[in-house]
Amino acid sequence: MADISFVRHQMLDPQAPPTSQSGVVKWLRENLFSGPLNSVLTILALISIYSLIKGAMPWLLNGVWNANSLTECRQIIADSGAAEVGGACWAMVRVRWNQFIYGLYPVAEYWRPTTAFALMFVALAPVLYYGLQRANALMAGIVGVLLVLALWGLGTDGYHIALSAAVMAGLTALAWVAPKKLVWVTLAFPAVAYWLLWGGSVWGTVGAVAGFGLFALVWSLTQRHVGVVVAAAIGLIAAVLWWSLVQSHITGVLAQWFPIELRYVRSDDFGGFLLAFVIGITAISASLPIGILLALGRQSNMLLVKTLSVSFIEFFRGVPLITVLFSANFMLLYFLPPRTNFDLILRVIIVVIIFASAYIAEVVRGGLAALPRGQYEAADALGLDYWQAQRLIIMPQALKISIPGIVSSFIGLFKDTTLVALVGLMDPLQGVRKIVLSDTAWRGIYWEPFIFVGVIFFVVCFSMSRYSMYLERKLKTDHR
Amino acid sequence: MAEASLKMAVSDEVAIQITGMNKWYGQFHVLRDINMTVQRGERIVICGPSGSGKSTLIRCINRLEEHQSGQIIVDGTELTSDLKNIDKVRSEVGMVFQHFNLFPHLTILENCTLAPIWVRKIPKKEAEETAMHFLTKVKIPEQAHKYPGQLSGGQQQRVAIARSLCMKPRIMLFDEPTSALDPEMIKEVLDTMIELAQEGMTMLCVTHEMGFAQAVANRVIFMDKGQIVEQNEPKEFFNNPQSERTKLFLSQILGH
Repeated sequence: MADISFVRHQMLDPQAPPTSQSGVVKWLRENLFSGPLNSVLTILALISIYSLIKGAMPWLLNGVWNANSLTECRQIIADSGAAEVGGACWAMVRVRWNQFIYGLYPVAEYWRPTTAFALMFVALAPVLYYGLQRANALMAGIVGVLLVLALWGLGTDGYHIALSAAVMAGLTALAWVAPKKLVWVTLAFPAVAYWLLWGGSVWGTVGAVAGFGLFALVWSLTQRHVGVVVAAAIGLIAAVLWWSLVQSHITGVLAQWFPIELRYVRSDDFGGFLLAFVIGITAISASLPIGILLALGRQSNMLLVKTLSVSFIEFFRGVPLITVLFSANFMLLYFLPPRTNFDLILRVIIVVIIFASAYIAEVVRGGLAALPRGQYEAADALGLDYWQAQRLIIMPQALKISIPGIVSSFIGLFKDTTLVALVGLMDPLQGVRKIVLSDTAWRGIYWEPFIFVGVIFFVVCFSMSRYSMYLERKLKTDHR
Repeated sequence: MAEASLKMAVSDEVAIQITGMNKWYGQFHVLRDINMTVQRGERIVICGPSGSGKSTLIRCINRLEEHQSGQIIVDGTELTSDLKNIDKVRSEVGMVFQHFNLFPHLTILENCTLAPIWVRKIPKKEAEETAMHFLTKVKIPEQAHKYPGQLSGGQQQRVAIARSLCMKPRIMLFDEPTSALDPEMIKEVLDTMIELAQEGMTMLCVTHEMGFAQAVANRVIFMDKGQIVEQNEPKEFFNNPQSERTKLFLSQILGH
């Protein structure tokens, strides 16, 4: 019989892998030329990429930036001897830039949406990079400098440039000294942006905000006695009473005593990317919390809450957005008291929020379903109540799992803002393009506006996607 | 495993009182007429074949499972559908799970301080001191700032025990705490549990670690088909089982 006994007396040290198993050659062989089929596909792909670039590049690069009409553009291209390959007429973008960005917003007031846009980044900073002092301060500082340059380029008067610069400098300092305090800027931002964009008396905005303040106050006072949900309902009633009965009297008086006003801008004048951002950002930031509540409602043990959530989600996921947008034009007015003058943009925003939150709810539900039961049980066993368990244990994990889905929804939502053209709003793709084309100077231009708008949408959506990947990496703690 | 632990005092005070308790899953009668009194300071081991309802029983004690009839009184509080009572009982009763159920998105220290801060409203600094105390006790203070995913199974289970202890519970429930562990890691968890028993903690353990039962339990309960079939002091239980079912079970698990 063979001797099977063996004893190791010296343990082996780890060694480096053989050199043929690393480096560029290995990467090429594994990824591009791993077999005959893959090699052929790689070569075919290279050929098609090459021909695509060869076809499109000259047209893009021959572009003309300085011209006042399409005819002039074509003349310049013909003169340069590139008539055969042709060339893009980017001059249109240059001339009509302001319209693509602001729509028909009054030129003298351009500084307002621009400043609101800059403030948006400062407000986003603590959400995107919570507590990171350097990132927050950098964001505020860079955006501040860009804002001043942009305002100067727009020919804004010195007073407003100085004011904006001072505000941005103050916020940068705040971000440096107390990055966590920036959250207050985030909370105040919706009201500030609303006032900057639409203008009117500051007291109207303050009154509307006071309604939310009243809601929060009533909620925090009553929730200990009647529970979170009932308290929210009472708070909502109080806020609605304030808005509909009390607010106008008080703000009217205040507006007489302290008239602080910006020129009122009608919603019809909003357009271009300003409109896309107003609708997109508002809907994105409102649909996430509403979607989370709907997802929780769908899992609730309370029959009424569950049924309402399920019907809401299923209904709005089952109906095309365009249908809802059209009905927003008419239906919301039926549900509101007669002669309520309900702003078209506001109506559209509400519809988009409703629509997006139904999608977000389902994405979040997917995240909730992926959590092991043990997480709920451990939270329960430690004595955490429902809302504590959701906020501290369940949601942080469920949302982390749902990040790719949530961001996909956001990206889709942002691109869907171009659909508002169908209810007569001036979105950058349809609305503004139509205005541009109705000008005899640019009649017949075709690709350039699509490419321009497409590039800007791509930059925004791609940034969202990259940010979500950063967030996933940052939150990765499971070490799988 | 110290013999002395057997002689630890058991007070007359009642910690858990279960009377005529029944539970069904749909049509299936999982727990049948459970009557049981646990004195403060008792260490009880519950064993039995799988599906006998032993896990369900201890999960009823902190209402992770709802019972349908009978009465469960924990520390003088009856478990009903009243959420206030449930939360009160849960904050007094610690539980350790088979699969640890640590919170993977929080560090070890945060796992241990979360409930004291939010449920007990203890200041963060104080909660962290308590947490470090118990992490030292389960011999892993150096892991405090790592995430659960970076720890071995045995370490994770010891963290889970420390997390429960941070709530300063009066009763500890263990639901098969060593069943998901590699053999080499079982001992480190059992040692922690033995230490806890020696300090006089009231403990209910669902486990198949008969060595542990012999070392620290002052009562072994054998369950089958949702009923308590036999209970006795460990020595009597192992050396002189009365019921045929118990004899069969013991021969199966001690047979080799």
